[in-house]
This record gives sequence, C-alpha cells and structure tokens, in this order.
Amino acid sequence: MVTGSFKVAAPTRSSLVDGTRRHVLDLDDFSLEEINLVLTTADAMREVLGREVKKVPTLRGKVVVTLFYEASTRTRVSFEEAGKLLSADVINVSSSGSSVEKGETLLNTVRTLQATGADVIVTRHPHSGAPYFMARNLETASVVNGGDGWHAHPSQALLDLYTIQRRLGRVRGARVAIIGDITHSRVARSNLWGLTTAGAGVVLCGPPTLLPQEFLEGSHQHDGGPLASVEVTTRVEEALEGADVVMPLRLQLERQQAGLLPTLREYSKMYQVDERRLKRAKPGALVMHPGPMNEGIEISPQVAHGAQSMVEEQVHNGVAVRMALLYLLIGSRQAGVS
Amino acid sequence: MSAEDMRRAIARIAHEILERNRGTEDLVLVGIRTRGLPLARRLAARILEFEGRPVPVGALDIGLYRDDVSLHSRPIVHTSDIPFPVDAKNVVLVDDVLFTGRSIRAAMDALTDLGRPRTVQLAVLVDRGHRELPIRADYVGKNVPTALQEEIQVRVEEVDGGEGVVICSSGEGS
Repeated sequence: MVTGSFKVAAPTRSSLVDGTRRHVLDLDDFSLEEINLVLTTADAMREVLGREVKKVPTLRGKVVVTLFYEASTRTRVSFEEAGKLLSADVINVSSSGSSVEKGETLLNTVRTLQATGADVIVTRHPHSGAPYFMARNLETASVVNGGDGWHAHPSQALLDLYTIQRRLGRVRGARVAIIGDITHSRVARSNLWGLTTAGAGVVLCGPPTLLPQEFLEGSHQHDGGPLASVEVTTRVEEALEGADVVMPLRLQLERQQAGLLPTLREYSKMYQVDERRLKRAKPGALVMHPGPMNEGIEISPQVAHGAQSMVEEQVHNGVAVRMALLYLLIGSRQAGVS
Repeated sequence: MSAEDMRRAIARIAHEILERNRGTEDLVLVGIRTRGLPLARRLAARILEFEGRPVPVGALDIGLYRDDVSLHSRPIVHTSDIPFPVDAKNVVLVDDVLFTGRSIRAAMDALTDLGRPRTVQLAVLVDRGHRELPIRADYVGKNVPTALQEEIQVRVEEVDGGEGVVICSSGEGS
C-alpha cells in the first residue's frame, strides 16, 4: 500500500517476556518484568539441579557454542553445564587451538559457527563491545555476552540478583555495597543496571583512581536514569554501614603496575573486607564475590570462607540462572524474531 | 459443569481411586501445574475425609518436558515440588483437562526422571477427546465431546477465583 516511502521501524524493545529478545548483551535493556522472569525460571532450574538425576530433555537437538577469547573457569563451565543439563549439545571453542590462532577474524569465526548450526553463541572477549558486533552480524544465532572487556557481564549480574532474591526474599530496598576496582569491572557495571532496575540501593566504593569519573564527580545524579540514586564513597566503613549485601570485587593485580595503586598492601589495609569491617554491615549481611578471589587483598580469608559468604552458592545459582537464560532465549528464537 | 457438579465428580473420583488401590497405602497424588494441583489437593482432602488417612500431594511442572517448546513460544516454567520419593508408589497424576495427551506424556517423562513408580494412573476432571497419543485416563470427572476449535475452561477457586467448567468457541473466552 505504501509506496515510495521508507517504512520506519518502531523503536520496540525486545524482551524475553514476549519472546522477542534474541541476544543477552547487558542488563541496560532489561525491564524489571524480564529480570523477574529470569529469576522465576531459575527457581525451576534450581529444582532440577537438586535432583539425583540432573537432566531434562528441554533443549534436545539445540546447539550451544562457547567461544571464549579470554580465560574463564566458572562462566564457561557453568554455561557448558547449563546447556548439558538441558540436553543441548555444547561445543567449546577457545582462541587457542582454533582458526583464531591462524588469524581468522571475529566476524568470520562467528559466521562459521552460525553456519555449522549454533543456536546460541556464548562469548567472552577482552574488547568491550565485541559481542554487540557479533550480534549485529548474525541472522539466526543468539549471542550471550559472557563478559566483554570492562563493559558488561550480564549473566553474573543476574546470578547475583538471584542469590540476593533467594537469600533476602527481595532485591527491592536492599542496600548493596560494591567495593573495589569499579572502573575496570564489567561485573560492577552490569550489576549497577540490574540492581537499580530491581530497586536496590547501590553504594560504590573504592580508591578515587578506581572509581569512574562521572560517579566521582556526581554527574550521574543528574542523569535522570536508574543510576541517579547510586551513592559513591571512598571510605569503605561508610559503604559497609547498614549494608544488606557486601560485594568486594577482584583487584586485578596489574592495576598496580599501571600506577593506579601505591601498593597492594596499602589497598588491602584500606579496602579489604575483613571481619572487623563486616560488623558495620547488617547482621547476617550477604558477602558476595564474583570470583576468582584474591584472598588477603580485597577480602580476608576468614570472610571469604565465613558463614556469611555466598561464594559457592553464587556458583551454584549461576548454573540455574544460565539454564534459565538458555531456555528463555532458545524458546524466544522461534517466535519469529528477525 | 457447576461448582456442585465439580464437587460431586471429585468425591466420586476419590472413591474410585480408593477402590482401585484398595486404600491409601503407597498412594500419592501429583497435581500437574497449574490447575491439576488444587484438584489433587481436593482429592486428598476427600480421601482424608473418607478413610481418615492423609495422602501426600506433590506438584509437577511439565514446562521442561514439553515437545512443543520450539513450535510456540516457550511456556513459563515453575518449580516442581514433590517432597517424597515416588519409587514403588502408586502415583495418581491429576490434571484438569485431557485433550491431545501431550501434557500427560510430558508429565510421565517428568515423573520417571524423579524415580520409578510402581504404577502411574491418571485422573482428570474433563476428558474432551481429540487424542494425538495413545493415552487414556483411569478416572474421569466428565466426558465432554467437543469440536477442535472449541476451548474448555476449568475454573478453580485457588487459581481463577471461581468454580466451574465452561465450553467456549475459540476467541470468545469468558
């Protein structure tokens, strides 16, 4: 009917809820409804994990490929396990031992994987934005970001939300202190979107050299978006005061060489979450760490393995949440998404 | 079917279950989410009333076992909650409507992943015909011949805030 004019696509937001989402790249485009759907589905998956025979036939005949350009244990293994428990076929590709070593471009690699029949490609890449580039260049396969540069790590943030929800019964209203190297942390970034969307109060804490400028200067408060309510402090005692959840981040040891820290010893003295400091948080506050931990630097061994530590539960929940993501994505892909 | 009809059908099915299984020993009820669960609870309440013995009730979600996940948009999955072993038990699956038989096929797969029951029986409130698999019910509240395009709605207080069974031609709804 309409001739001679462009049809402008309406700016619709894709969602797992109505089956229109094809990729999970970050949580900045997740609605609260969508987050809740993932958490509810994860509950069902956790029940499967608790069975004697941990396997359901749901994704039989589907192919999940993990394509990791950066080291990972828990993310890769838990995606692999998630796929296998749902009966998908899981293929692991790492940059060493594949054509990537021969210099194959990212574009050709992912297009090859799509052509071999991959339904979902879970990827980790040292460069921020790489999964977005993949998603733009794939017609049928889904892309799940398993961590890109400093940018995003959505499945980690979802498993953190799930752990908080399970343990505290709610995320809304919880006070969450994220402590450490915020600037270089994709975990912190995705958690910021997820936690604020879910209505948690977030406090960011770290040395000024490791806090992003816009938060240090407070310009995020004028943003009008969900991040406006985020508090920022350089004093760990202040961040911990009354916290429901304490989340020290892994201090990447190369940051000292970059001149951002005087010494690791000074960092641990000023910012380590230890038993004495943890007393400032609410009694029974959850201690969460995305791993791998540097015990004795950002977290004391006593706290890392103490009664309040959620570290192993996070890993366990991570499998359930990733099962939920794979299930919801592969179901969605059939619903006629371009 | 009115609320009264439903109540009577459930009472009769409870008697039939007891008769067939000679009492409550090794008997367990498993309701298929969503509406099979409240129906299973009611059957258990009747059985308690008639025999003075409680029977365990579990909830089964079949979302992960459906064979149509890739045909339609995927169903929302909920947790299964069967807090007792099903091994060597006489399990009565309870659902609201028996139609193509595909949900029951999925439910049997889900159940056998949890253990090895001695027998699996099926109780439904309504059998509307149009089977696509060789499955039949052991206990039926009411046989309702329907046309394929018609829709059967079972309403239970716990889920829908009302009681009764209605047939509507597709698209109408109530």
